[in-house]
Amino acid sequence: MQTVDLQEMGLRGVNAALHAQADDTNQTAWTIENAKGAHAIACGLDAPIEVTVKGSTGYYCGGMNQQATIKIDGSAGPGTGENMMSGKIVIEGDASQYLGATAHGGMIVVKGNASSRCGISMKGVNIVVQGNIGHMSAFMGQSGNLVVCGDAGDALGDSCYEARFFVRGSVKSLGADCEKKEMRSEHLTLLQGLLDEAGIDADPKDFTRYGSARNLYNFDVDNAAAY
Amino acid sequence: MKTHDAKGIPHTSPRQSATFTQDINSDIRRAAATGIYDIRGGGAKRKVPSFDDLLFMGASISRYPLEGYREKCETSVTIGGLHASNPIELDIPVTIAGMSFGALSGPAKEALGRGASMAGTSTTTGDGGMTPEERGHSDKLVYQYLPSRYGMNPNDLRKADAIEIVVGQGAKPGGGGMLLGQKISDRVAHMRNLPKGIDQRSACRHPDWTGPDDLEIKVLELREITGWKVPIYVKVAGARPYYDVTLAVKAGADAIVLDGMQGGTAATQDVFIEHVGQPTLAIIRPAVQALQDLGMHRKVQLILSGGIRSGADVAKAMALGADAVAIGTAALIALGDNDPKYEAEYNALGTTAGAYDDWHEGQDPAGITTQDPELMKRFDPIEGGRRLRNYLKVMTLEAQTIARACGKNHLHNLEPEDLVALTMEAAAMAKVPLCGTDWYPGKPGTGY
Ligand SMILES: Cc1cc2nc3c(=O)[nH]c(=O)nc-3n(C[C@H](O)[C@H](O)[C@H](O)COP(=O)(O)O)c2cc1C
Repeated sequence: MQTVDLQEMGLRGVNAALHAQADDTNQTAWTIENAKGAHAIACGLDAPIEVTVKGSTGYYCGGMNQQATIKIDGSAGPGTGENMMSGKIVIEGDASQYLGATAHGGMIVVKGNASSRCGISMKGVNIVVQGNIGHMSAFMGQSGNLVVCGDAGDALGDSCYEARFFVRGSVKSLGADCEKKEMRSEHLTLLQGLLDEAGIDADPKDFTRYGSARNLYNFDVDNAAAY
Repeated sequence: MKTHDAKGIPHTSPRQSATFTQDINSDIRRAAATGIYDIRGGGAKRKVPSFDDLLFMGASISRYPLEGYREKCETSVTIGGLHASNPIELDIPVTIAGMSFGALSGPAKEALGRGASMAGTSTTTGDGGMTPEERGHSDKLVYQYLPSRYGMNPNDLRKADAIEIVVGQGAKPGGGGMLLGQKISDRVAHMRNLPKGIDQRSACRHPDWTGPDDLEIKVLELREITGWKVPIYVKVAGARPYYDVTLAVKAGADAIVLDGMQGGTAATQDVFIEHVGQPTLAIIRPAVQALQDLGMHRKVQLILSGGIRSGADVAKAMALGADAVAIGTAALIALGDNDPKYEAEYNALGTTAGAYDDWHEGQDPAGITTQDPELMKRFDPIEGGRRLRNYLKVMTLEAQTIARACGKNHLHNLEPEDLVALTMEAAAMAKVPLCGTDWYPGKPGTGY
């Protein structure tokens, strides 16, 4: 187990040490102490390592992550896991806005709530939130799955493409071109898998699925007000 | 045409309206027939004050020139040395602007890389991500980081020689993009994680930051991911250049790309292209002023684009304080876009060589702005690369010719004092005297 102190080593020192880990590194477990809300902690990792961040993080923790598992023992600032490609991020507390923005792959788990624009422009990531999510979540979501065990705020899935949304609680309102969809057996299986992977105990049958009505896919003047 | 009525009273001659011109009327008819605004490629077509309204004075008794074929006139430029450990070193100050794969074909991107590399300059990716063709053929490749983040991935980011955060484009300050369904081939769709054949909207705002304070943190993140090695540019449209440049520098940019309203686009609403943004000539002095006020002129490089066509334009941009320029449309023309040799085919598309701008429709007879495999075959990337190289060399020689005539041994030594303006507008925008006077509108101390 490698333990580094962010205040002592500085952000550059910590990130450089993490970036230096190759695919076959034997330094697979890292703890970052004294995070104190710093930005860009453990961004751009590309190795199968596990990093635990003690304390809350600022913007873009785990940004563009590949392969690594990052655990935040606190709350996470804006844009956490942005453009993540693979690996996993687990946030013990709450997550601020733009969680997992444009992320292509991997999984993000939030034990608390996530703020607005959660999963904005998501491109393949799976996001599982135990609590609620804020407004405009999954705006222009392209692919991947957003699972919400609590409630969703206004305009869920506005202008979305092929991303899927599963919400257990209420949805304050749906965004343009987002609609309620049938939960077929393949969706129940998919959702069960996502919940298992996130380590969350919930029954897929309690969730409702939402996704694109695909009415805005090609421009049509009769929909002009929705663009 | 009858000139008199039945009673012999003369008709007035038919008079076209200056307000409802034939062009405007055709716009109205098109809108009425389709119910959708006109989308097109290219930049503003209206006439705006431009570098054509400036002239160099050349040498005289009080200034002596350099010998054209004997004395050196340097053209190199270093971009991004402020924070990056590996700044970009260019032999010539003319770079290739970011143009999306999707808008352009793979071979066209390859040709841009080949031509730029042979000429010793950089090329730039665009919306839709980095293709192996252009990475492979570009010695120096700038990776655009756009709001849509289509095709954005950290492996490509790390392969880049510089990163350009795109905030705006001169053709559409405040606007996103649109790639219509017909151009979404399997490859383009795959790179963008979207279904084939649907319209792809590119967001106008970055999904994970808003405002200058956030941008500063975004710059930090990109630097951390790339180990503080490569320069980070910020590209802004010519909207509020003084403030935008100030804020971009404050956010930590190594270089600013500033794009005026004549700047081309792959596809945008015509109304946006023609009515939003400021002309390239008008934005350069406020941008340079911002850098000077911060003590950052020549430390943070200014790359100007939007309607740059010739070595004269390059020299004028640099005399007004730019460190380099970027070209989009001109590079495509050098590759063969809008060539009269395809006139019959342009006619069949309802247009004519020089006016063809429906790049988004993917039917380009020159095989450049298309994803159609048959049309793409018409374009030879090796020949295209050579043509671009030639053109870049000529632009550089032209700029050197002017600089030597002004007595300058480096293009960067050109200065506003070398210029005069032909019109009041250009004099006011460029802050150089109107020809034959020592005055420009707004000159301090002149009262007006
Ligand atoms: C076909 C085409 C595609 C473009 N794609 C992009 C793009 O993806 N991202 C971007 O920032 N600018 C894009 N631009 C704008 C150019 O980067 C540049 O700002 C502009 O072309 C400069 O003006 P000029 O065309 O008059 O030289 C594109 C321009 C053209 C002509």
